[in-house]
Amino acid sequence: MSTMTDPPKADFRLSMLINDTRYRSLTFQVIAAIAIALSIWYLGNNLIQNLRAAGLNISYTFLGDPSGYDINQRLIEYDSQSSHGRAAVVGILNTLLVAFLACITATVFGVIAGVLRLSNNWLVSKLMAVYVEIFRNIPVLIWIIIIFTIMTAVLPGPRAFRGDNPTSSMLFDLFAFTNRGVYIPGPHFSSGFFSAAFLNWLLVIAVLIGSWFASREVEKRATLQQEQTGQRPKTGLVKLGVWLVPVALLMVLMGLTWDVPELKGFNFSGGIKIGGPLIALWFALSIYTGAFIAENVRAGIQAISKGQTEAAAALGLRPGRIMNLVILPQALRVIIPPLISQYLNITKNSSLAIAVGYADITATLGGITLNQTGRAIECVLLLMLFYLTASLLISMAMNVYNASVKLKER
Amino acid sequence: MADQTTNPIAFVAEGTIPPSPPPANQTGIVKWLRENLFSGVTNTILTLLSLILIYVLLKNTLPWIMNGVWNANSLAECREILAGKTGACFAVLTERWPQLIYGFKYPDEAYWRPNLAFVLMLVALAPVLFFDLPRKLLVFTALYPFIAFWLIWGGSILVPLVALVGFIAAGAVFQKLGRNSFAAGFFGAIVVALIVWNIGGALIPEDANEGAMLTAVPSRDLGGFMLNMMLGLTCVSLSVPLGIALALGRQSSMPLIKWVCVIFIEFIRGVPLITLLFVASVMLAYFFPPDSTVDLFLRVVIMITMFSAAYIAEVIRGGLAALPRGQYEAADSLGLDYPQAMRLIILPQALKISIPGIVNVAVGLFKDTTLVSVISMFDLVGMIRGPILASTEWNGVYWELLGFAALLFFVVCYGISQYSQWLERRLATDHR
Repeated sequence: MSTMTDPPKADFRLSMLINDTRYRSLTFQVIAAIAIALSIWYLGNNLIQNLRAAGLNISYTFLGDPSGYDINQRLIEYDSQSSHGRAAVVGILNTLLVAFLACITATVFGVIAGVLRLSNNWLVSKLMAVYVEIFRNIPVLIWIIIIFTIMTAVLPGPRAFRGDNPTSSMLFDLFAFTNRGVYIPGPHFSSGFFSAAFLNWLLVIAVLIGSWFASREVEKRATLQQEQTGQRPKTGLVKLGVWLVPVALLMVLMGLTWDVPELKGFNFSGGIKIGGPLIALWFALSIYTGAFIAENVRAGIQAISKGQTEAAAALGLRPGRIMNLVILPQALRVIIPPLISQYLNITKNSSLAIAVGYADITATLGGITLNQTGRAIECVLLLMLFYLTASLLISMAMNVYNASVKLKER
Repeated sequence: MADQTTNPIAFVAEGTIPPSPPPANQTGIVKWLRENLFSGVTNTILTLLSLILIYVLLKNTLPWIMNGVWNANSLAECREILAGKTGACFAVLTERWPQLIYGFKYPDEAYWRPNLAFVLMLVALAPVLFFDLPRKLLVFTALYPFIAFWLIWGGSILVPLVALVGFIAAGAVFQKLGRNSFAAGFFGAIVVALIVWNIGGALIPEDANEGAMLTAVPSRDLGGFMLNMMLGLTCVSLSVPLGIALALGRQSSMPLIKWVCVIFIEFIRGVPLITLLFVASVMLAYFFPPDSTVDLFLRVVIMITMFSAAYIAEVIRGGLAALPRGQYEAADSLGLDYPQAMRLIILPQALKISIPGIVNVAVGLFKDTTLVSVISMFDLVGMIRGPILASTEWNGVYWELLGFAALLFFVVCYGISQYSQWLERRLATDHR
């Protein structure tokens, strides 16, 4: 006969801390907490001793001191008398600028290459495979340096554009590709509504957003009419008008003129100058990341089962519409999350700007400011804080998107 | 009836007609061309554009490569030999070969040491990469880090020997104690290893490096592609165990451990490698004891290992999450404790799923080792941009050098990714 016994109510023994599952995790966590506290204390102690030995302290007041260096590529007013803090802001804006531009072009390259890699055309798909493999397997730093070398060593200097028989000439008399940068015509409002140029541009953007809403309204009306009558009115021309007319009107009212670059003396002036480092970084990041995006796009499209294509074809849709209406909407759900992490990679890889002298946050705050002030710890911490904030924001956007496109299942 | 027999039938087929060959445009190369290259207007345009692109690329690069000069002492001499023709000056590669591979300070007479270490590396990697090879070879793999360290850095053999003895002692203790309790074995092993290293470190005489069999080479004299290989190999092999630990920690039910791992992983993944390299070059020194000098190579290895460990941890976490819950429950119901369950049931399966991801991280990491040129270490890219392009002889030889660097990286990275695809097929035990 077996008898049921209550579990032994033994007194608490010390060995139970390690052998009893009820207490073990607590024991481990206490040990871990002590270990972490000890190592933090050890590192902190070392830090304090080292700083004292070097006669330094942690302080951020250097951000207010005049920086004493110039930045060529800048989006806001800045000169060598401005503070280190302002230099950092210039750097942040430059980082965001190149990341934004590279994200757009990388997406374009990636989508084109990814779709073409699945093309029926043997030559084209092989060519795209070669593109993807070559660019994915060579470090982005080497690509940046290669393109920077093209910009500085292959393109002609402004001198080549001078004289009666110039060896180089401007493209359509509008664009000048020189080793000091690329000059393009810049739009300019001669009678803008506001004195500050960027307010005028804000107005343009506001009008464009208005057009977007209006064109959506047109679409909605068309759908409504289709549901009622079975006939869908043609909306192409109306939408074109909705997009173009208000903006064109605004441009005329504000007196849009183009500021064309001209050779004056030894250099070009006028227009917008895009520096060689920016182009090198922008283009290299675009083609490098484009190769990764191409693979994501290909994987996304291949993840959609062939039955979807066949079903759409059976309904009588043409190949273009099959892609737009059936495949892409489903593939996007697979493509977008890795796409956003590629955007994150672009933002982080833009820190390689320091290799070609583009004044992004790493080159200003982590490079010149750090070297001039010797505030290594503060600068590196601020640098990390910026990138951390940027990546957290991007991953938050990704989570929001993922939640919104998640399959609504039972 | 009768007249039918009198009227002879004009034609009767007396056998099957032999099948005639399909029309010329439906077979062979013509059909293939029609279907794959010229099946429509768009496709034809695309094909023609591709052909033009290939033609332009080849037209510009082929003569350049074909006319390449392999023997010259400077760019000027190259141009003389070419005499106005377009052509590459590959002479820079032959003339600066040792610098590109070993860096510009590594002693000439010691080049055989990294070479030997490289060959031994292939031997040591073989049993890890191809598991059909006899398992006993793994003993050499375990010894390899010490041999390679001694070969590349030189100096007294006592240093790697003491390190090796420490590891052996730790292993023995783990075998003995770990049978009963994993934790006891683990911590016992760490304590024993530390004791051995401290005693051994005290025993090594100060002047051990003088008159040693191999001359000592300081870390700052390492460079070239060798540095990329060393950083890549060291950091990948160190970061896989660390990544496993972080991934398990992130899944842990203990909140403190879990949050420490989460914060570490997310922090590292949120910042670019460059900032971590800045930490290694300008900030990490502040956290070491005052008077200690930890050389830049070690500091960089620490930061890159942390960097790739965070990424590998995320890959392995994906592998762990992909395992069905039943595997964990089955391990529990067999009465296995946590280390046993992980070692015998969970990790073998999870790691198998994560192999492609880990290889991706490894390839990315290897490419990222070029970033150390930014903190003025002279790796391959650093050598090219620094001493070689700045020299008077070779100022202006961009394409040959950059192309060479690109080619080296391409060969290695493409090779690794092909290996990973082979491994994936090899490990696929399911019927898909």
